[in-house]
Amino acid sequence: MLAAIDADSVDDLFADIPEAVRRREPLALPAGLSESEVLDDLRRLAAANTPASTLISFLGAGCYDHYIPAVVDAVVSRSEFFTAYTPYQPERSQGVLQSIFEYQTAIAELTGMAISNASMYDAGTALSEAVILAGGQTRRHCAAVSAGVHPEYRQVLFTESVGQGPCPQVTPLAVGGATDMDALRAATGSDTAAVVVQQPNFFGALEDLQAAAAIAHEAGALLVVVADPLALGLLETPGAAGADVVVGEAQAFGNAMNFGGPGLGYLAVTKPLIRRLPGRLVGETKDIEGKRGFVLTLQTREQHIRRERATSNICSNHALNALAALVHLSWLGSEGLASLGTICAQKAAYLRRRLLKLPGISVVTEGPIFCEFAVRLPRPAAGFVQELARDGFLAGVPVGLVADRLDPVATGFGSALGDLDDVLLVAVTEKRTRAELDAFVDRVAARLVVQRSDAAEVAHA
Amino acid sequence: MPETARQTIYEKSRPGRRAYSLPALDVPEAPLDTLVPAAMRRSRPPRLPEVSEIDLVRHFTALSTLNFGVESGTYALGSCTMKYNPKVNESAARLEGFTGLHPYQPEQLAQGTLELMYELERWLAEIAGLGRTTLQPAAGAHGEFTGLLVMRAYHESKGRAPKKIIIPDTAHGTNPASVVMAGYQPLAVKSDERGGIDLEALRAVLDTDVAGLMLTNPNTLGLFDEHITEIAELVHGVGGLLYYDGANANAIMGISRPGDMGFDVVHFNTHKTFSTPHGGGGPGAGPVVVREELAPFLPVPVVERAADGTYFFDYDRPLSIGKMRSFYGNIGVLVRAYTYIRALGGEGLRKVSETAVLNANYVLAGTRGLFDLPYDRRCMHEFVVSATPLKEHGVRAMDVAKRLLDYDLHPPTTYFPLLVDEALMIEPTETESREDLDALVAALTAIVDEARTQPDLLRDAPVRTPVRRLDEAEAARHPVVTQRFADDQAEAPSETAAATAAAEKGRGNL
Repeated sequence: MLAAIDADSVDDLFADIPEAVRRREPLALPAGLSESEVLDDLRRLAAANTPASTLISFLGAGCYDHYIPAVVDAVVSRSEFFTAYTPYQPERSQGVLQSIFEYQTAIAELTGMAISNASMYDAGTALSEAVILAGGQTRRHCAAVSAGVHPEYRQVLFTESVGQGPCPQVTPLAVGGATDMDALRAATGSDTAAVVVQQPNFFGALEDLQAAAAIAHEAGALLVVVADPLALGLLETPGAAGADVVVGEAQAFGNAMNFGGPGLGYLAVTKPLIRRLPGRLVGETKDIEGKRGFVLTLQTREQHIRRERATSNICSNHALNALAALVHLSWLGSEGLASLGTICAQKAAYLRRRLLKLPGISVVTEGPIFCEFAVRLPRPAAGFVQELARDGFLAGVPVGLVADRLDPVATGFGSALGDLDDVLLVAVTEKRTRAELDAFVDRVAARLVVQRSDAAEVAHA
Repeated sequence: MPETARQTIYEKSRPGRRAYSLPALDVPEAPLDTLVPAAMRRSRPPRLPEVSEIDLVRHFTALSTLNFGVESGTYALGSCTMKYNPKVNESAARLEGFTGLHPYQPEQLAQGTLELMYELERWLAEIAGLGRTTLQPAAGAHGEFTGLLVMRAYHESKGRAPKKIIIPDTAHGTNPASVVMAGYQPLAVKSDERGGIDLEALRAVLDTDVAGLMLTNPNTLGLFDEHITEIAELVHGVGGLLYYDGANANAIMGISRPGDMGFDVVHFNTHKTFSTPHGGGGPGAGPVVVREELAPFLPVPVVERAADGTYFFDYDRPLSIGKMRSFYGNIGVLVRAYTYIRALGGEGLRKVSETAVLNANYVLAGTRGLFDLPYDRRCMHEFVVSATPLKEHGVRAMDVAKRLLDYDLHPPTTYFPLLVDEALMIEPTETESREDLDALVAALTAIVDEARTQPDLLRDAPVRTPVRRLDEAEAARHPVVTQRFADDQAEAPSETAAATAAAEKGRGNL
């Protein structure tokens, strides 16, 4: 081959690289391995983990351990899907294009919105994009963000809005865990581009979306709702409540937890906002023979055409995760989706009832919930979680820990819920059996008894 | 296209047909109204497909056959590095020890993944020739955004607030778009006759208002900028930083390191350089590596190792820009990148780049004379030709691309970079055999011959694909972006007009 290109050596091919920046010594990386050896190394690393999926886990907070039907991996493993790239050549990319169209439809149906894009990276980045979109649409500079929005999503919004705004301001929660609507109204004014609430919110409380919509629209702002799409199998759609933009995390549909990524961000808007949509969008059309087909459309919004005037910089999105979600949703159908949601809600309600009967455990999230809720323990949740982990239970997310390690301005909750160090956020999926729920309640009770007798001994001494 | 595939899954839906199975409810059932009050429940169920499992599998299998992936054939899509995705990556990434981890599970139960992240961070830093890595960014463009915010925080820490980022006219569209998202103004500089940055043009725009320069090297012409050290000196001289867009890093692994070239911030696209699958448009990953001086500004958390050998997340980084996404990164993708680098080692990675460059030059030599070659130099891992000479036959670059589909090859990137008229950007990658490369050259040769003798073959192409050329203008004029259901209310024309008017009004200066 060298002869064909008139070169003496491979080294010749790199003659344009100045010698001063040529690397002559080898990279300081471990030596290469055969396939069996490399797999041994990866198995060693995997074995050094104890995945939540193999324990009795109540972890949620935006990442959920739902059963993934076997058909999902069968479909997404087809190399025609997973080794292709962005469908720039539609004539030979109808598979991924049509699947995106079908995914867009599913998201539109779930959210009650007219338009969904082809996917985002995750809920946090989707929220950032939604607020940027609202800033562009309203030409305003602020965003009022409920503290019920996941603290990590809020942190992402604060970090990513540094460049072009709008500037977010967090408004507090009320007792019971839902948004303090008076505070939200007070923070919403003539320069507010977006009002942001989450449904169900971080603490599992169901928000009054119509009230939030009224606050936003009276001020001329857009309502952005961060919604759990699994809950939308049961709950009224944000679209019906008046949302202008709906975003969220759809990992729960067909995507493994994978330590939090890749997940599946989604973003849906009302029809008038279509030209402000970030990212890919697939539309239906016909070929020159009149045959039905699908193409990337309204591409003049996008970076590869519009460059610095694009609606976003997003290029690669999470197409394969969107395909997985579509397959899972098609497997469920609307009846299966509602059943799945009902099972999760029933089990969560059962566990909440039982936990709240234990002495020392008190209510944080009041009122109706979907599959997640917070309780107050009589001691710091972080240490409690560590103890339960030794018993094979992942008891939940210690709320204080998640918020404390981020920027308190971005991730605070307000004072109505009091000290958060004792608050535990508990999620229940269909995977949890009654026997596991009961065993968990027993174990929590036992740990609390041990702690009380310890405390008694200390008092006695 | 098979007739069945042309129906959407919603059109194949039949009431009452189902695929799902769910565990029976084993807890005492509470009345639904006590869980979620009727007023909060949706009034109409979502219209999801009702299909059997075999309907579902056949539907998506049929769709997959309409698609073209790296495993379908040569995919010389320039700037996208469509290399083979080794199967062992998939075996590793599917281990439940990785997939089953919850992001909030205690760190002591995630030591394997934390070790993997820790090692991968350091390997990427070594390949980049820089200090510290964040694995958070979900894609290349997201890496650009991250790196630019790190640069911004660095300048602010020095009490500076420069406003501009310089971008050459060869840059990917994501560069200027990311610059705007980071709150900077992009400033274009032109290329010289060798295809590198025009140094005079660069000097003319450099001042203390310049926060940095973004460069892909080799650039999107597939050419290595020979003046890179001089460019670095000039930019650093006004207090600016150098950003390396790693989209083309497949050309330089172990051969030249961005840090040694003078770059301060680098992103890699694991789905290009490190063989993670492109997924039909993602998920990828866009880890960012920075010079030690910029490390304090990286997003939280980063992985550290304690004295006792345990790994942990470090959130105690007061100068950090914050977080660029929820949790820690596209870990499932990064497991594949780790597997690839572990399998190849430093020597293997260097061979990858050597072979990628060799293959590109081989195709360049084979296609010499077929097209215009605006920059007639040795190329790196890809090259750009111009199909301008075919215009006299009424044929354009797009037609060449569409005709390649009839040869069952994925076309090159077309009409990019923008400074080359009728551009075709060809990147064969290292994983194509000599026979594959010969077949690509033969197809291009035959197509150029067809252009001269039977140009209608190109203008009518493709004819062997599931659909022929699609009406993109119509799709944009009347967007149909979701399923039209039989029970949709017919939309009143006035409503459409109102929506369009509102959209136009909302478009502002677009």
